[in-house]
Order: sequence, then structure tokens, then C-alpha cells
Amino acid sequence: MAAITLIEAITLALAHEMEADPTVLILGEDVGVNGGVFRATAGLQQRFGDQRVLDTPLDETTIAGLTVGLATQGMKPIAEVQFDGFVYPMLDHLICHAARFRNRTRGRLTCPMVLRVPWGGGIRAPEHHSEANESMFTNVPGLRVVMPSSPQRAYGLLLAAIRDPDPVVYMEPKRIYRQYKEDVPDDGEALPLDVCFVLRDGSDVTLVTWGAQVKETLEAAEKMAAEGISAEVIDVATLKPLDFDTIHESVRKTGRCVIVHEACRTAGFGAEIAARLAEHAMYDLVAPVERVTGYDVPIPLFRLEMKYLPSVEKIVAAVQRTLAAS
Amino acid sequence: MRTVATFEIDYIQFLGEDGRLLREDLPEFAKDPKALVALFKQMLLVRSFDTKAVALQRTGKLGTYASCLGHEATHIGIGSAMQLDDVLAPSYREYGAQFVRGVKPREVLLYWGGDERGSDFSGPAHDYPWCVPIGTQCLHAAGAALAFKLRKEPRVAVAMVGDGGSSKSDTYAAINSAGAYGLPFVLCIINNQWAISVPRKSQTGARTLAQKGIAGGLECVQVDGNDLIAVRAAMDHALKLARAGHGGSVLEFVTYRLSDHTTADDARRYRADEEVKAAWTREPLVRLRTYLTALGVWSETEELAWREVCNQRVDEEVNAYLQTPPPPVTDMFDYLYETLPLDLAAQRDDAIDWESR
Repeated sequence: MAAITLIEAITLALAHEMEADPTVLILGEDVGVNGGVFRATAGLQQRFGDQRVLDTPLDETTIAGLTVGLATQGMKPIAEVQFDGFVYPMLDHLICHAARFRNRTRGRLTCPMVLRVPWGGGIRAPEHHSEANESMFTNVPGLRVVMPSSPQRAYGLLLAAIRDPDPVVYMEPKRIYRQYKEDVPDDGEALPLDVCFVLRDGSDVTLVTWGAQVKETLEAAEKMAAEGISAEVIDVATLKPLDFDTIHESVRKTGRCVIVHEACRTAGFGAEIAARLAEHAMYDLVAPVERVTGYDVPIPLFRLEMKYLPSVEKIVAAVQRTLAAS
Repeated sequence: MRTVATFEIDYIQFLGEDGRLLREDLPEFAKDPKALVALFKQMLLVRSFDTKAVALQRTGKLGTYASCLGHEATHIGIGSAMQLDDVLAPSYREYGAQFVRGVKPREVLLYWGGDERGSDFSGPAHDYPWCVPIGTQCLHAAGAALAFKLRKEPRVAVAMVGDGGSSKSDTYAAINSAGAYGLPFVLCIINNQWAISVPRKSQTGARTLAQKGIAGGLECVQVDGNDLIAVRAAMDHALKLARAGHGGSVLEFVTYRLSDHTTADDARRYRADEEVKAAWTREPLVRLRTYLTALGVWSETEELAWREVCNQRVDEEVNAYLQTPPPPVTDMFDYLYETLPLDLAAQRDDAIDWESR
């Protein structure tokens, strides 16, 4: 077993489910011969044929609408949108239809589908290619929202997303697509879609994050460990539905919480976590909850984008504020 | 200069406004007067239902309702041409087509009566529910057609959209993808002249709505939507092409919305009485009745008797609707996901708790 990157783990999971389930198919722009702009579907059309891996006309509304049509008629479509910033024309179909078919027909029609969204900034991309828009989806009843942060979790969570009987928005932190390699056994073992991952145990502060920021957050924890500060790191990974219990349990132990996310602050998903801490963990906290987030501005073009994104320094500073507060 | 492509749009009509045949080449189904009588009876049943539904809304027993007055020939023609395992993606007033396919009138009433169970059709299991976001259903039908094509099933997906809906990008996207993939897809544009208050001429500079399919490479035809024989003939042809793997069609059915947009609308604010009065002379029941009466297969006596049957059937459906108790509060949670997420369970418990107070 060779060590593989996060993007290769995605390809591995896609191929595994294509092999296992003949109703699984892939559609999107350039996903066929070209293998996708990020190479997520590389080799799949050659292997499974053009009836299983379909290039679509260049229209995101088309991809979303066809996907809903396929899913409601017995197929398991996996749609790829090329970049996060192109997902907006798909929202009508996701919100008004995919997320509601089971509910509005009382279970008569269902919509088992996955929308794969290369997500987030930090790759020096052109305009509209770097959006952190996960909270638009976490606000939609009926969807599941998943974001892996390692090759193993990318594999296991994508298998689970494809097998799930309901629509899943699977957001792929493209900045860490090729950050590092790890062994990913192609064993078909899915990960649960409603459990957070505790990546590092600690006792002084709980760092809650997801996606590409897991990298900076772990680095910050490592750096602080050298200074005698013990940080627990949680990768939320499955944002909706949220496994709040794991977060709460950690905060009960540490008494402090810093939420780190790339999306802008106001009504970002960190706000939901902070609100639940206020509701359920107020008396466990010894310091105010801190958020390290993007600013409430569109992510800047790449000359400034690293100043927008959370950094190790910003995370450490937030932790120090929570320590100083108690 | 040379011409690289030319296009034309045919207009299909068999029955004139006076109920007389305009051409001799009647399609096979229309040569049997009894078959036409059966379809005419369906049209009368829908008219009876529609009248009753509006009355229910006016007396506070139904929510906002979108009437189908004047669409009977188009709807019955489309629905009766389809096979049961085809899939229909309607907008929100195509009850005639749906009744023919097995949707119950009580389900229509439940839906407009504020109950999701109305969309849990007891009849056509794979048909789409009413679609309020305009035109989006066209792409679902195209996706369904793609599923049929990939699985090599001889089924056709039919979408119905209005003249207003023909302006939506979703409708164009459906046309385009149906052409690109060669899908068994039939798009029925129900041109009833009014998208709430905006007339057909303000929707587009196109001379016909049928021609919108030309850009996608589909077969396109304009049909007299008040002529049941024309509607059914055009649908039969389009479905046959699609089923045989010859691709999709766009059919524009020219008809008229004799009602308000919905019961929440007052069309007198934006259209002239004379226009509506003129439209009543072209409405679909009159001309088919005239034709069938002239053939000697229909009479006033038969119509009165059938109307009595319709009223009884509609009353039974209305009673079934009115006697359906509201769903339990837990229903709003229990169909959202296959398995209720833990995250949502606490909210469900809260709703139950409030019920018991």
C-alpha cells in the first residue's frame, strides 16, 4: 500500500464505490477524459466508461438539476462543481429540491447524491476560486455537510457520503489536496457522518476547526506545547449534523475554546458552535469563547489572501487571550 | 453568403374554434369517437374539480389554489398520451394530466390545504410533486430522462412549464442538455398567455415559444392547446420519437388562462374583460362538445348525467380531504433524513413537549 495524498484518496474512494455500486455515476465539467481540473476523477472514465463518468454542458445549474433528476430516479450521482465560487447557481436545486424531496413527498421520492466542492483559499487562484462558503449549506435543513482534512478521512467520509441515502455536500479543502501523503487502505471502510475527530488530546484549551485550517491549528498546538500549553484539537469534519457532544465534552475538560475557520466571521459556522457553548457549556467555561476567522470581506486576491486567512500566530494569540482571561 | 441552417415551426390543429374538423387526416386514436368521449369526460371532471376547489378556497376551507380553468384539453391530452411508467414533472396547476396518471383529487386538495402528504401520490410513484420554483422541474425531468437512457429503459420524462417559465435559465438548460445527450425528454410549454400579470409578448421577442427548442437541437412544434385532438396527436408523436431513441421535443401548447393566476390574484387589474370574453369562445370544452355532438356520440342528456357523476366524485374527494386530520407534529422531522440525526432529535422532543402542554 502506497501512501497517497488527499486528492488521490478521493479518487480511490470514487473508484471503490463505482466498482461496488452500478448506480453510482459521476458528472461535471471536464470530469471525463480530462479527469477534472484537480484530477479527482483521473482515469475513471477510461476505467468505467462514458456512461458512468459524464462530462456536462458548461452550466452549473444544469449539473445540479440533472443530478437531482438522476438521484430521484434511482441513480446515485456524484456531481463535481469545479470551484467553490461557481456553486451559487446550484443553490436553487440544492435548497429547494435536493434537500427537500424526501420531506415534501413524505419519503416517496428521495435524493441520494453527493456534490463535491473544491473549497477554500490559499492557492493563489484567480477571482471566485477561493470561497469558504460552508455555512450557506449548514443553514439548509435536509443537507449533510462534510469536510475532510486528511487522506484517510477524505476516503472514509467520501465512501459514507456516497452511501448515505440523503444529499451530502462534500467540501474538499483544495489547499491541502497535496499537502502530505499517508497510507490509505482501500478497504471500503466508511467513517461515520456525525462524529467529530479529536486529533490531539489536551487539557488547557479546546481548538475547534475543520478543513484546511486543521493544518495551522495543529501547528499552533505543537508550538504551544513547547511553551507548556496543552491544546486539544478537534476536527469537526461533519459540520451538519453537528456532533456537539464531542466538543462539549472537551470544553468541560479544558474550560476554554477557540474556534478557527477560514470563512468570514458573521454567521460563519463558528457562530453556531459558540452559541451552543453559550447555551450548554456556560458554566464549564472559564474564559470567553474566541473565534479566529476570516474577516467579513470577500476573500482578497492572492496578494492579500494570506492576511485574510487564519494563521498559526493568530490562533496562538487567541489562545493566550483565553488563558489571560482566567 | 450561404445559408447554413434553416428552421420552421409547424402549427398543429385539427378542430376549428367552431368545432368542425379542419383536416381529414385524423390520427388513429381520434377515429374512435368513444375514445374521444372518454377524454372529454375527463376534461369535464377536471372542470368540475377546479370549480369546487376555488369555492373551497373562497369559503376558507383551502389555502391559496392555482386554478387550471381553460387548460383541460392540454392537460388531458398530455396525461393520456403518456405511459404509466413515464415520468411527469409538472409545475403547479396540471391536475388534469395528473388525474389521468392516477393522482387523486384529494391529494391536490391536501397540498393546497397545507399538508405535505398531498405530494405522496398514491398513483404514479415516480412522478414529481408540484414545482413552485419556476422552471426547475424541467431539469429534473432531463435528469430523469438521463437515468432512463443510461439504464436503457424505454421510458420518457415529460416536463410541463408555462410561457413565463420558458424564460427561465433552467428551462433553457433542460433543452440544451436534452439535445446534448439525446434524451427521451418532452418539454410541454403551456402558453396560457399570462405569467401572473405579465403577458406573453413581454416574456420574449421570439415569435413562438416552440422555437426555443431549436437552439438545443430538439423537435419543435406549436399546437392549438384548446384542441384535444391536436394536443394528443402532438404528444403521441413526441413520445414515440423519444421512446425510439430519436431524442427530445419541445411542444408549445397555445391556450388561455381563463382564471386568475391563483386565488390570491385578481386578473381584472391587468387584463381587459374583452380579451377574456374572446378567450371563452375558444375554450377547449365547447369545441370538443360541438364536435362530439355533431358526430352523434354526445348529448345534453349525457352531459347532465355525467356532470352529476363528476359532482359526486368530487364531493367524495372533498370529504376525504376535509376529514383527513392534520399530521402529527413529528412529521416535520421524520421525513427530512432517512435517519433522524441526533442533532435534530432534541428539537423533535421539544416539539412533542409543546404538544403536550
